[in-house]
Amino acid sequence: MTQHRKWGLFFFLTPVLLWLTLLIVLPHIDLLRMSFILETDTGETEWRLSNYASFFKEPIYWLTFVRTAIYSIIVTLLTLVVALPVSFFITKVARPGTRGFLMLLILLPFWVSELVRVYGWMILLRESGVINHFLLKLGILDQPVEMLYNDAAMILGLVYTSMLFMVVPLVSVLESLDDSLIEAAYDLGADMGTIVFKIIVPHATPGIVSGAIVVFMLTLGNYLTPNLMGGKNSLWFTEQIYNQFIASFNWNQGAAFGFLLLLLSSGIVWLGLKLSGQTLGKVVR
Amino acid sequence: MNKSLLSIVMLFLVSIAAYPGYTGAETLSLLTWKGYAPKVLVDKFETETGIRVNVTYTNNEEMIAKLRATRGAGFDLAQPSQDRISSVQKKYRIYQAMDIRKIDTAQIIPSMLASVKKNTSVGGEFHAVPFCWGTSGLVVNRKIAPDALDYSDLLNDKYTGRISYRLKRPTLIGLAFAMGKDPFSLYNDTDAYKALMEEVGQAMIAAKPLVKNYWTNGDALLQSMRSGEVHLAMAWDNGGWKLHAENPDIDFVAPKSGALGWIDTFALPAKAKNIDAAYQWINFMLRPQNAATFTNLERAPTASAGANQHMDAVVRANFDRSFPQAVIDNIKWYPPVPSKLEGIEGMILDKVKASR
Amino acid sequence: MADDMQIDLGVEKVTKKFKDFTAVKAVSFEVEQGRFFSILGPSGCGKTTLLRMIAGLAEPDNGRITIRGLNMAGIPPNKRPANLVFQHLALFPMMNVADNIAFGLQRRGEKKATVFKKVSAILERVDLPGFEKKKIHELSGGQKQRVAIARCLVLEPAVLLLDEPLGALDLKLREQMKVELKKLQAKVGTTFVYITHDQSEALVMSDQVAVMNKGHFEQLDTPKNLYNRPATPFVARFVGDNNIWSGHIRDRDNNTCRFETPDGNVFHISGDQPWRNGAAVDLFLRPEAMIIQPDPAHTGLNRFEAHIRSLLFDGANSRIIATPKNSDRELLVALPQNRQHDDLCPGDIVEIGWDKSSGICFATETETSP
Ligand SMILES: Nc1ncnc2c1ncn2[C@@H]1O[C@H](COP(=O)(O)OP(=O)(O)O)[C@@H](O)[C@H]1O
Ligand SMILES: [Mg+2]
Repeated sequence: MTQHRKWGLFFFLTPVLLWLTLLIVLPHIDLLRMSFILETDTGETEWRLSNYASFFKEPIYWLTFVRTAIYSIIVTLLTLVVALPVSFFITKVARPGTRGFLMLLILLPFWVSELVRVYGWMILLRESGVINHFLLKLGILDQPVEMLYNDAAMILGLVYTSMLFMVVPLVSVLESLDDSLIEAAYDLGADMGTIVFKIIVPHATPGIVSGAIVVFMLTLGNYLTPNLMGGKNSLWFTEQIYNQFIASFNWNQGAAFGFLLLLLSSGIVWLGLKLSGQTLGKVVR
Repeated sequence: MNKSLLSIVMLFLVSIAAYPGYTGAETLSLLTWKGYAPKVLVDKFETETGIRVNVTYTNNEEMIAKLRATRGAGFDLAQPSQDRISSVQKKYRIYQAMDIRKIDTAQIIPSMLASVKKNTSVGGEFHAVPFCWGTSGLVVNRKIAPDALDYSDLLNDKYTGRISYRLKRPTLIGLAFAMGKDPFSLYNDTDAYKALMEEVGQAMIAAKPLVKNYWTNGDALLQSMRSGEVHLAMAWDNGGWKLHAENPDIDFVAPKSGALGWIDTFALPAKAKNIDAAYQWINFMLRPQNAATFTNLERAPTASAGANQHMDAVVRANFDRSFPQAVIDNIKWYPPVPSKLEGIEGMILDKVKASR
Repeated sequence: MADDMQIDLGVEKVTKKFKDFTAVKAVSFEVEQGRFFSILGPSGCGKTTLLRMIAGLAEPDNGRITIRGLNMAGIPPNKRPANLVFQHLALFPMMNVADNIAFGLQRRGEKKATVFKKVSAILERVDLPGFEKKKIHELSGGQKQRVAIARCLVLEPAVLLLDEPLGALDLKLREQMKVELKKLQAKVGTTFVYITHDQSEALVMSDQVAVMNKGHFEQLDTPKNLYNRPATPFVARFVGDNNIWSGHIRDRDNNTCRFETPDGNVFHISGDQPWRNGAAVDLFLRPEAMIIQPDPAHTGLNRFEAHIRSLLFDGANSRIIATPKNSDRELLVALPQNRQHDDLCPGDIVEIGWDKSSGICFATETETSP
């Protein structure tokens, strides 16, 4: 009996461990090793922390990280602000028949690649784009305006790309919210704002936090959208990692940046969990 | 008896498994630029040789990164620019030497072959043969910006909001030439080079408000010029010629301080599997008719010796219009890039992008 | 006296439709201040819908609702002086007991100190002193119940609406809570409108009960009258148990008439029921109205002999199933647990008697129903 159990455990654990080591741990070990290596002019290698040090020494590096992190937080919050009413509408207002259809509408953009999605937005927003065309036609504008290549456009694109990852956990957590809690609050004298902040948000907190973690990480790790929609001022930290690897051929620096991104973003997530009084276990569940 | 049969079957299975991408037919894995393997030529090559061609599109930097990651495996043939080979080869050994006997040298313009051989030689052996060449310069909407003649106009506030260029090393180099400096001569003086690049970077930061965007995708840039969103860009000559065919107002302009000349090559990755097919492709692509087909499609001249007579008249007209002899003489050909320069340039380009 | 009582809740011809289904049909009633008013009906009859309209969570399609004389039309739930205790309580799980109770007070912007005082006072009231810091999931079913009621009562509403609040409790607790709830209502004096499908809850607690069926009120009366003088066969059937015996009216005169069953039993029934001769009627006879082996000296009883089919022991609620001689009509007869009938067994023949005033007749339903 116990023997059987042991075998069963072994049977299920093996693929998990294999997966963890082969696909997650091993590739990172080499990168980790690389991040501590300094290549001298003569092509020799030395073990140094200088790749990490240069992140803090060069303002451009850590400023870019700070900028990326702040924008990712803004995007996460905006995504939440947009996704909460949408999820509420899907779960509580829409009839069960339309519910599936609405979820499909949210899912639909994710059937094409991010590149196509971004180009879609670019076609809409660019100076010679669809929106400008209509605004000119309607006489609202007499000169086309460039709506792309600024922070607002970049945030718009990032929020759009992140929507699904916020809506799905919110929908599932709001589905478990008993309608009568909302009605009870209303009956006890609450207005809409109070209902949202005292009932809906506290109930949805685990979903909000797990959605926020996913959106934050995805946004922080995004490359295409900031690069294509953000335009000339949109240096994103991932782009800097890419540049280290690809343009400067400095893999060691790139690897160090990669680990710093991992560490710093984990730190921000940890801080977020602390501030919202959640634990990772609760959120994942 | 039975045992030996079994081992033969096993051996067969193993050999299939060991051969990646086995599809029954011979294949050539090509790592190249967009447009360098036109479908008509791929099809023709396949019918001629029976070899299937797998094409992966990329650019210089990614090409090097990819080959570096696999230490030169995964592809049978790559097409880096000639100036990006020797230093990379010295450091990472991602290419193998070319065997001149397998190449139909009679098809290649001798001066180009000689120059590429010289520029890509490491340890007494050369690592590439030329395929095509072209220049970077200005693509200008002449109706709106008739006075845009040099790289310095990329920093000219007359064209505020209508300027586009890449945050890549050619931009730095072009602007340096426009400042009256010769960056190529400083290639081996790292400090002086760095100082020059920093000066260029400062100028770019100062002129940042004038830029519409830093383009990353050639097709997207052409679209911006076509729609009139951009009037002045730094780009490749063939892009300008493509637009010229659609709208005569737009054309390539070789900058006063000299167009930047590049030569893209054929090079064999260190662990290429199907070297024979690679040589066949090289000889096939440099055959005059085929090279002309490529030039007619992509507007880029090749190193093929006899291709001129097969070229379309429009293509030749482009050439005559944009490259009178004096302009050709003024082309600044990229010398091989020493390592370390990329890091310096990368830092400056990051600063430009991060500045406000 | 009753005339100058204030009317706390007035409902006039209130109707609610869901598409083409009418859930509440022109219901009217009034509840005086301080009354315990129950609406009793089977599940699905429209009780919750009616209550939600009073609370403001649903709008009536027709009719008028007034609370303390004010027309409630267009007034949202958070502005109505009525509070609802939900069927499943709807306590806020993310808050502790005190925060749940304070929720409504805070919405009114009351001062912290006042809120604190009121919360502990109401917890005292519902016998949960010191429970402020408890989490909702730490409470038992009965305690949750009381918190839910306290959460509404602390707001001192004109009308407290309760939607089957005991439904989720087990039987024992339900019995206990019934009494407690009645006591609490007497103590606080708030007007209660209580809905339930459990007749015993309604009868025990209420001053007045409305029996609801398919969206309309069948009868509105005191519990005693509902039991003794049901106005409709539905009420007779729904309130308490009843045996139903179909037959015809014969030989009616001023004081009595005879009721004759198809299987030949003949009984006298009270003549104050307006049946003409030959009318087809259903006789409703409660199990507890029948006496086993009545005193022979007791004249004026309808008597018949019956076979005992089985004994259903259920403590104070024990019954026998018996069939009258010459008939296979099964009757439920109460079996008092005074040890007098301990020797009865299935197969015995017993005499059964009942007073003519306890048999109530209604026209046979197939005739009257449209
Ligand atoms: N929102 C609604 N939409 C459609 N039908 C409803 C709705 N609410 C209640 N009903 C229907 O109205 C009838 C009465 O429901 P309800 O008032 O909840 O009954 P009760 O509380 O007496 O059990 C039921 O048949 C129910 O199916
Ligand atoms: Mg109900």
